Amino acid sequence: MTDAVPSNPLVSIQNLTVRFHSGARPVDAVNGVDLNISRGEVVALIGESGSGKSVTLRSLMRLHPSKSTRIGGQITVDGIDVMRLGGRALADYRGAIAAMIFQEPLTALDPVYTLGDQIVEAIRRHESISIADARKRALDLFERVRIPSPERRLAAYPHEMSGGMRQRAMIALALACRPKLLLADEPTTALDATVQIQVLLLLRELQRELGLAVVFVTHDLGAAVEVADRIAVMYAGRIVEEGSTRDVIRAPAHPYTLALLQSRAEGSMARGQRLQTIPGSPPDLSRLPPGCAFADRCPLADVTCRSTQPPRVVVAPEHASRCLRSHELLSKAP
Amino acid sequence: MDAYLSRPGSAAPLLEIRGLVKHFPLTAPIGAKRPVVRAVDGIDFRVFAGETLGVVGESGCGKSTTARLLMNLISPTAGEIIFDGFQVGSSQMPMKTFRRQVQMVFQDSYASLNPRLTIEDSVAFGPQVHGTPAREALARAHDLLARVGLEPGRFAGRYPHELSGGQRQRVNIARALALQPRVVILDEAVSALDKSVEAQVLNLLLDLKAEFGLTYIFISHDLHVVRYVSDRVMVMYLGEVVEVGPAEQLFESPRHPYTQALTQSMPSMDPDHRTEHVPLAGDPPNPIDPPTGCRFHPRCPQAAPVCSQKAPSLAGPHPADAVSCLMHAPGSGHPLAAVTANGTRS
Repeated sequence: MTDAVPSNPLVSIQNLTVRFHSGARPVDAVNGVDLNISRGEVVALIGESGSGKSVTLRSLMRLHPSKSTRIGGQITVDGIDVMRLGGRALADYRGAIAAMIFQEPLTALDPVYTLGDQIVEAIRRHESISIADARKRALDLFERVRIPSPERRLAAYPHEMSGGMRQRAMIALALACRPKLLLADEPTTALDATVQIQVLLLLRELQRELGLAVVFVTHDLGAAVEVADRIAVMYAGRIVEEGSTRDVIRAPAHPYTLALLQSRAEGSMARGQRLQTIPGSPPDLSRLPPGCAFADRCPLADVTCRSTQPPRVVVAPEHASRCLRSHELLSKAP
Repeated sequence: MDAYLSRPGSAAPLLEIRGLVKHFPLTAPIGAKRPVVRAVDGIDFRVFAGETLGVVGESGCGKSTTARLLMNLISPTAGEIIFDGFQVGSSQMPMKTFRRQVQMVFQDSYASLNPRLTIEDSVAFGPQVHGTPAREALARAHDLLARVGLEPGRFAGRYPHELSGGQRQRVNIARALALQPRVVILDEAVSALDKSVEAQVLNLLLDLKAEFGLTYIFISHDLHVVRYVSDRVMVMYLGEVVEVGPAEQLFESPRHPYTQALTQSMPSMDPDHRTEHVPLAGDPPNPIDPPTGCRFHPRCPQAAPVCSQKAPSLAGPHPADAVSCLMHAPGSGHPLAAVTANGTRS
């Protein structure tokens, strides 16, 4: 915690912990996440399934069922203490301050209302404005997200549109109440390659125009590099590395990030050559080891790694890693 | 090992597909004409012994339908499949013989396993159906499980829900190999896996291919992975093959405008040179009512008036290296095509 924290971040997450009690043994999905996001900044949360990236994102919206979930720590968004919100105040916060888009728009959108009606309803829940004005704003939004023949599309039901158009419509819905923070949970994963790049470029453009802060959750490093200013890599419920996109991609300071970059079937990788793999599989979140959770799969791990939880080490300005041997890793890098 | 090798001395393809068509009829009011989804609309291709043919394209282009047609999981509307010189379904190559030579691995590792069978039973099931004694089938299942990295002592008696996604996909691969097939169709077989697990499974697939002399048809929407594993790549668009060629050539110098757009859509992985322009606008059109002429012309940046009237056909130096575009068809009338049939193209 020694590097300069932005003086007034839009989002401040401090020591977030999330534990699910639904199964036989409690599952520790998030184990102490600290993250600050400035206004107008795009942060990508990267990780594999079970790394806690989506759980962290959903905590920002308070989407976890309160019965089976124990959340600890502090979340502040635009001066609002998100953990204390409830009832009407929580509903006011969702959509107007922070809005979310999901991987599968067909399940996120309501199938029995037209898209226009859903957007108008969202706007009128938050603002006292006439139906005609709300409809006008919905039309503006559809034009903004580049939906062809927007007027006709406002009257369409979700199932009548293609995947790419539905994702655009969901972005329009999320932006309807002019939020300051957009939370995106794998928004392009289910899309085809040519449509994926369209949606990524659209998100980047809207973010610039509207000055939005975006948290972009993905398992796809390529998509993260296309949109993010900063990347935070998650593993077993912790942020193990955090830095500017350039630093994290060019000079990874955590062995897990390095392994992720090396296991990709692309870049300079010659065809037929073996891919470098990460041995083993991610740890069981219901019985995490006392030390570094990656130690069992890490080529650099020693006895200390297995017994102590590595602290956050700042390796360069705005670039931090939770690894006891990150300096060693960086000095070896070409 | 001889059983694995294709007939020696022949340059003939192991698998040849001619004029394959699959139309799915839709419901319509009584009396009205029933519309059809043209999922696969007349494709020809060849697969040579020992190669990996990658198949790419966006959703709805017919790549998975093609895979299911090859396995005869659905019956084709028209077309024929020739395996090892014999027409599939004929007396020399009955369906049951063909099926044990061609096996498939699906995307959803959980849905493709019987939840009530232990994984050793799942892997041994196919050989038993084809007449292998139970004891022998089980022994072979244990060998295969060991080969795909699942130690039989620990894993053989487990049920699918007790395994991770990557482990389940290894079981599916072992099961596909249990009948000692010559061709394995991998339909998005690694797409649902995490990157680090995907790399493990890809390495396994490459090892198995070398060890058993397999031929792969590798279907994926992930162009990076296809480029990495394939010898040749076939690009599909709206039920048709638009380009086919050696993998490196196809990714380095794509000829069809759609292939060009696909390769440009791959994320750059370079924070200093991000993609700035959308390579291809719009969504793939509806396969119920595909555009006239070239099916790609409404989205094609180089489309000329002739493209909406005249359908191109797949042509090139070799049937295994061809493109379906009027720009590459001499005398087609496209401004960028060579004027005469014997002229060189620009």
